[in-house]
Amino acid sequence: MFAYIVRRALYAIPILIGVNILTFALFFMVNTPDQMARVQLGDKHISEEAVEQWKQQRGYDKPLFLNTEENSQGLITDTIFYQKSFNLFLMEFGRSDAGRMIGADIQQRMWPSLALAIPTFIIGIAVNIVFALFVVMFRATAIDTAALILCVALLSISAIFYILGGQYFIAKLWHWVPISGYLPGFEAWRFLILPVAIGVVSGIGGGTRLYRTLFLEEANKDYVRTARAKGVSETKVLFKHVLPNGLIPILTSVVVVIPSLFMGSLLMESFFGIPGLGSYTLDAIQAQDFAIVRSMVFLGSVLYILGLILTDISYTLVDPRVRLS
Amino acid sequence: MSISILDVKPVFLFSDILIYILVASLGLFFYQLMRNPLSRARWRGVFQSAAGMAAFVVICFYVLVALLDSIHYREPLPILENQTEVHYSQEIRSALDLIFVGVHKRSEKTYSSPFSLQLFTKENMQDENDNLYRDYPMLKHAGQHLSSPAEQGQDVVNKSLLALLVGLLISAVFVGSHMLWRKIKKPTTELPWWSAYLTATVLVLAGSWAIGLSQYYHIAGTNIVGVDVFYQSIKAIRTGVLIGTLATLLTLPIAIVLGISAGYFRGWVDDAVQYIYTTLSSIPGILLIAASVLLIDVYIELHPESFSLGAVRADFKFLALCFILGMTSWTGLCRLLRAETLKVSQLDYVQAAHAFGVSNLRVIFKHILPNVTHIILIAMVLDFSVFVLAEAVLSYIGVGVDPSMASWGNMINEARSELSRDPVVWWPVLSAFVLMFVLVLAANVFSDRVRDAFDPRFGKG
Amino acid sequence: MQQEILLEVQDLSVELLATPSQASKTLIQPISFNIKKGEVFALVGGSGSGKSITSLALMRLLPSALHITGGQVLLSGQDIFAYNELQMNSVRGKQIAMVFQEPQSALNPVQSIGQQVAESLREHQKLQGAELKRKVLSLLEEVGIPEPEQRYDWYPHQLSGGQKQRVVIAIALACEPMLLVADEPTTALDVTIQKQILSLLDDIRRRRQLAILLITHDMGVVAEMADRVAVMQKGAIVEQALVKDFFASPQHPYSQELLAFLPKGNEFCQPVTEDALLELKDIKVWFPQRKGLLQRVYDHTKAVDGVSLSIAPGETLALVGESGSGKTTVGRAILRLEDISAGEVYFAGQRIDVLNKNKFLPLRKKIQIIFQDPFSSMNPRFSVREILEEGMKSLGVGINASERETRMQQLLEKVGLHAGHLDRFPHEFSGGQRQRIAIARALAVEPDLIICDEPTSALDLSIRGQVLDLLQELQREFGIAYLLITHDLSIIPKVAHRVAVMKEGRIVEQGSSQQIMENPQNEYTQSLLASVPSLLSKVSDEELF
Repeated sequence: MFAYIVRRALYAIPILIGVNILTFALFFMVNTPDQMARVQLGDKHISEEAVEQWKQQRGYDKPLFLNTEENSQGLITDTIFYQKSFNLFLMEFGRSDAGRMIGADIQQRMWPSLALAIPTFIIGIAVNIVFALFVVMFRATAIDTAALILCVALLSISAIFYILGGQYFIAKLWHWVPISGYLPGFEAWRFLILPVAIGVVSGIGGGTRLYRTLFLEEANKDYVRTARAKGVSETKVLFKHVLPNGLIPILTSVVVVIPSLFMGSLLMESFFGIPGLGSYTLDAIQAQDFAIVRSMVFLGSVLYILGLILTDISYTLVDPRVRLS
Repeated sequence: MSISILDVKPVFLFSDILIYILVASLGLFFYQLMRNPLSRARWRGVFQSAAGMAAFVVICFYVLVALLDSIHYREPLPILENQTEVHYSQEIRSALDLIFVGVHKRSEKTYSSPFSLQLFTKENMQDENDNLYRDYPMLKHAGQHLSSPAEQGQDVVNKSLLALLVGLLISAVFVGSHMLWRKIKKPTTELPWWSAYLTATVLVLAGSWAIGLSQYYHIAGTNIVGVDVFYQSIKAIRTGVLIGTLATLLTLPIAIVLGISAGYFRGWVDDAVQYIYTTLSSIPGILLIAASVLLIDVYIELHPESFSLGAVRADFKFLALCFILGMTSWTGLCRLLRAETLKVSQLDYVQAAHAFGVSNLRVIFKHILPNVTHIILIAMVLDFSVFVLAEAVLSYIGVGVDPSMASWGNMINEARSELSRDPVVWWPVLSAFVLMFVLVLAANVFSDRVRDAFDPRFGKG
Repeated sequence: MQQEILLEVQDLSVELLATPSQASKTLIQPISFNIKKGEVFALVGGSGSGKSITSLALMRLLPSALHITGGQVLLSGQDIFAYNELQMNSVRGKQIAMVFQEPQSALNPVQSIGQQVAESLREHQKLQGAELKRKVLSLLEEVGIPEPEQRYDWYPHQLSGGQKQRVVIAIALACEPMLLVADEPTTALDVTIQKQILSLLDDIRRRRQLAILLITHDMGVVAEMADRVAVMQKGAIVEQALVKDFFASPQHPYSQELLAFLPKGNEFCQPVTEDALLELKDIKVWFPQRKGLLQRVYDHTKAVDGVSLSIAPGETLALVGESGSGKTTVGRAILRLEDISAGEVYFAGQRIDVLNKNKFLPLRKKIQIIFQDPFSSMNPRFSVREILEEGMKSLGVGINASERETRMQQLLEKVGLHAGHLDRFPHEFSGGQRQRIAIARALAVEPDLIICDEPTSALDLSIRGQVLDLLQELQREFGIAYLLITHDLSIIPKVAHRVAVMKEGRIVEQGSSQQIMENPQNEYTQSLLASVPSLLSKVSDEELF
């Protein structure tokens, strides 16, 4: 088990290098540091010196991948690619193109993101499981059919409409909660309640339908028939046999996103003005601040790989059949 | 010299060509599928449900609109004196505009609500006596035929009835001729045609009513620059349908080649493919899309000479977006194909082919590929609705299709800030919502049916 | 002695409900039978004959697509079809209990076996705590689970297939039912384990005066266990009889067909004495096992560990063994579908294991294979023509299309189908017909040796004999040699000249079939033979009296 985890963690290194090469290729092949400097400095008729100075300040004045002027070691290390990505592996994000410390920004902004994402995640899964169980209890009846139609209809609505509808009716028309904004500390709940509710509701259609399928798959298995042949009642079969087995694929499939909750939600945070990492990323995209985008890409990849490892571990925890090797 | 329809200059955008190649190859694909009794039976399963049939008709309707909207041309400009060659308008029109009979030319100044005769905002105006007053100005292209605004209610009812009558006639012709064809051909299996007839009739009625009335009113109001919202949201159908299909299809070859070779050859090929898709899928999709779109913007900015026409530029950006969207989704399909290929290549019939010394290439094309197509098909229909929904989100973030292109995402994005206005400007959002919802719902229902029919795991559920 | 009737089934009928894509279908015609106290009543028939559906209908456990359309089931005189679901739950497990075919899937994978046995006790007898556990342990002990104390907290995957089936039986016995419905209780198990489970059931039945409804397709099991038998075909009972009368003189043609396959007398094929066509010398197929940080190979799974055997032209060698013995891997290794780790393979005097892929190609014409499952061995998207033609094209048999066409037509006639079948697709054929197509496919390239990997075990009993007859006929006509891989010892006298017995990757004994069947030397061979339901002895013994 331990060897397995170490191996998986080591396997992450080539993947992260791949991610870095890819993002570098994307950012610098099409868009030279000169052009980035001009975008950041915001003026088309800027002097050469200003551009050079900007590049030098931010370490963009070196060659991209190979420094032909340097000898053996510097050939690779004294380049933008090496310098910019090596520090990422040490979780040092450096300064943004606008000059702010990215690491400090992330530390400050992760809390609102988590405050929004964790409740949405947990309540969402709980609600979906309860609904799915309810539907499975009435399987092959009109309730099942109606619920399925409702689910398909719900998941055909874009998240944007859920947000717009929620903001319009609940916040604007009925004034139950503020439309958007954020306050640090406990006061935040008033601002979080609407986005969390919308996040949960917008996921009900897809989630309930998926979990229903998973539960139904279990309900058709042989061991459920064995349980019925024992004379166990339908409700007990559902809760004692179908639920624990159905939860395995559900839990293990959601584990992968847990680390990524940290990254926040672009859509929710920007609609509701929550100063988390999602809106941070969105602002960076719109301001074309590639240093931040690159850091967030790296962070996202690390968290995703962490999620994959956690998924494997979670299998061993919830399923007695699985042992890692 | 008068200008006739024959003088127009056809324009072929990349996406136009792609969509026609696409329709042709889909036709070929289905023809191939129909030849095999097994897949024919499965398709019958899809259409034997009334819901699947209705969803298919709705999708066909959308695709038809998208196809019409993909026949582009430029109108010649009036020939001036001393001019030898014909100059063409910078604006690109499509065959769909012919059906709308010039709705696009009937723009107002700014917002007006559905069926309104006046603008949504008050303006300073002068009466006959040059007195300044503020009021809602009359619209230029709504209800011009009325002698007084009071007649509007009666007029709308009359025009609606007329349009519905025309629609009923059109659908009667279609449905009637199909019924006649069935009488003659006598197909062996009974499909729920009533569902198709009903859906088609409803769609034709809705269409003829909307087109009929939009000649006299702005049935869904106008947007901030006075463009008819109904026209705008119909034009957005092409964007939605294309993004749903092209995004998958552009990257489909990568997913198929890599997925099948990983599962079939295993060993280092498998390791390499797994590395590629794990790397790609570990990058947060939305960031990858955002970064790539920004880069495309820069590229366009640096190469203005290649994009002389606004529509060509928008089209290039659109295709790039489709490709990028596809790049974020092919890894999922690739993974599924790899797993399925691993399974299929262990089956006895593949082993039998090996025992006959059949070459790897032949085994892949004859045994593996035909038996994993259901995975590709299911992924395609499932992704379709995902991409249509994604377009709206991306446009909101500012990395979607070109703002000059009609799309539901752009409509929502434009109208978003107006929701805080009092009274609210709700019609662009509602209009985009309805058209998008119908398409995505139909796609979801259809993909459900396809999955039930083709995926053995869902067969009995 | 007139025994008391425990269960009476009267005019039971079941149908498949109509769906949008198909009309409703009658699966069980009205059938009637009864089971007396303490007797074993066998319900036999091929797959799809409706015997399992009958058993589920008795328990009212049919899947929702199936519907009981008529009849009644009286349990000690009470009509249980009139019960509501709550009353029915007090019948299930308490009065009628069930044992299923697949022990692998019949147990909840995430619940300990102790808990699963306890569940029905808790449900029906309201036992709790120490008393409950004591009862569970005694049940586990009764069904022969070693060290039940320890295994109470084990999960099903930690037990072997036979032990799992024992747990399923323990669950069924927990509340001391009067009737046990056993649906193919041994089919999924290896022969030696089958024997153990059958004797366990027999023991329990004597000890507890239990009535058993035994559902099976295996006539040997019937002969060994049952008192009375009913034969089902296409949802109807075509014959009911006492077991001894049934085996002595089956009345219905279908019953005769079922029994015809059983070996009669002791006729053996005599070995062929000729030079070897195929010779394996100390073949090994090892799969590496990896472990640790660097995935070092620390050990090997020795699927085949030094196998030597030879087959003469026109001879049938039966390679016998239980699942996991490596017998299939031997067959696949000869054809290079599996890599050989060590050893030598000679075909007609030529060493072939060292040939490269292209040089091996001509040999594929000489050696062919028939697979166990006729459903997965054909590409569902190919027509019969494409299936037959594939190998001919690839190996260059038949100069042109018209020559191939005539050859394919002849082949189909030869295997008992006809030329018109060429344009049909596999799913239009029954299992037996498909296996005939598979034989034609192998024959198409005119091989000298065909590896038959369990060619009959996926087929219904009544069809097995026909397929084996066909194979023998072809052997006589074309002089083909067969490597017959099988776990079914009962077919050996009929078809095999020689037998090799495999266990854990090695051959433990080989010799002429007469020698092996009548005078086995190796202990393992003896235990294998002992576990074959002793139909021969039983039937012939009774005939004497």
